[in-house]
Amino acid sequence: MPKMLSYNNKGTWIHNLCGVTKLVFFLLWTITAMICYDIRVLSVMVVISVIIFIVSKTSFSQVKGVFTFVLVFLCINLFAIFLFAPTHGTELYGTEHVLFTITKKYVVTAEQLFYEAHVFIKYIVIVPSVFTFLVTTNPSEFAASLNRVGIGYKGCYALALALRYIPDVQSDFTKIRNSQAARGIEMSKKASLINRIRHTATIIFPLIFTSMDRIDVISNAMELRCFGKNKKRTWYMGRPLKAADYIVIAATVILSVVALLITFSNGSRFYNPFI
Amino acid sequence: MKTKFGIKEVVATGIGVALFVVLTEIQVPLVIVPNTALQPRMAVLAFLSAVFGPLVGAIVGFLGHALGDALFYGSVWWSWVIPEIFVGVGVGLFVKKFAIKEGGFNGKSIVAFNIVQVIANAVAWIIVAPVLDIVIYAEPSNKVFAQGAFAFLGNAIIVAILGTLLGIGYSKIFAKSGSLEKEDAE
Repeated sequence: MPKMLSYNNKGTWIHNLCGVTKLVFFLLWTITAMICYDIRVLSVMVVISVIIFIVSKTSFSQVKGVFTFVLVFLCINLFAIFLFAPTHGTELYGTEHVLFTITKKYVVTAEQLFYEAHVFIKYIVIVPSVFTFLVTTNPSEFAASLNRVGIGYKGCYALALALRYIPDVQSDFTKIRNSQAARGIEMSKKASLINRIRHTATIIFPLIFTSMDRIDVISNAMELRCFGKNKKRTWYMGRPLKAADYIVIAATVILSVVALLITFSNGSRFYNPFI
Repeated sequence: MKTKFGIKEVVATGIGVALFVVLTEIQVPLVIVPNTALQPRMAVLAFLSAVFGPLVGAIVGFLGHALGDALFYGSVWWSWVIPEIFVGVGVGLFVKKFAIKEGGFNGKSIVAFNIVQVIANAVAWIIVAPVLDIVIYAEPSNKVFAQGAFAFLGNAIIVAILGTLLGIGYSKIFAKSGSLEKEDAE
């Protein structure tokens, strides 16, 4: 299992942007990549994503584990698409250019490869921006900034708690798993499927029950400090949007709109070189 | 009905999301259909929804799935994130029926919990996820419906086993120790 991504402050201008700015970029970018089926636009987006990734000084070793995992997942998905629907590309683009035949049902067409190339590149656009967003955004600052742009503070506080407690819950999880392993409960692939499910339960039960305790402890502490008494609260890590933030948001909006305009210029979201 | 989002719910949402994210690590792959797995985190989602209600369930499902996938897999597959809301809300709507916190999770409410979770999972994974896959990603329909059907099966089974056991366990251990009503009645 890959190591989890985590925030790492390297002090570039991307790290110094407000968390909200990065969220806006991340959402618009992934939604544009989601809608767009134009390989020219997607290619440009990949280049921009990679440039941002490099500018943020994120080293590849930080994300290598996760990246390998994504590639494997993606290849399985591409293979599955071909296995289930070898003529999906033909249906989408309305023409058929046969490249070679494997069996009667499995004919490799240029349209199919073209479609699958799109699925691949859509993923590749998203991955670097997810990496950049996660390793450059300070969780506390992010929650505080969300509140500043108008999200209710209870929601923001829930998010801040989540981000704050992921490492704690994870360390609980590792401790419980190790102690169960020490008692001879096998969790790896060596055990059979049924046993793995049963053994999972021996980890989940203590983990959930300690977490339920934790919920009580934290909510009591917050209650004692009168959380939720006032309509507003102040945030230590909060900061206003600066000029750089507005520039990045504007640039993101313009890029996304242009990308979508080009995509839809032929009346549909599919770029079709076959007609 | 107005759902309460008090201190307890705020904290439960936060810790719930953290739990959901951490449990992303445990996935038992179903080899038959690619990229589907038995996910114990679904049991946690159903359990938390059944204890804290629909709003907590919806946020834990949505945020937990998006964050968990981003942190572990570096990508967010929106068409499979959104259905989590249906599971969380679906199970959470009947929070009063289950009475887990009050220690009344037995017989009838266990059956009710399982009927509700199967329906919620069916809506989420057999209908919403594949349809979104087709609309958003233009994926071939037979592939996504096959994945959806297996995701439904896997999730329904894991919730039926782990989710139910969690409910029973929590109901027995935690609710009883704090309630005096039971002793008064005896």
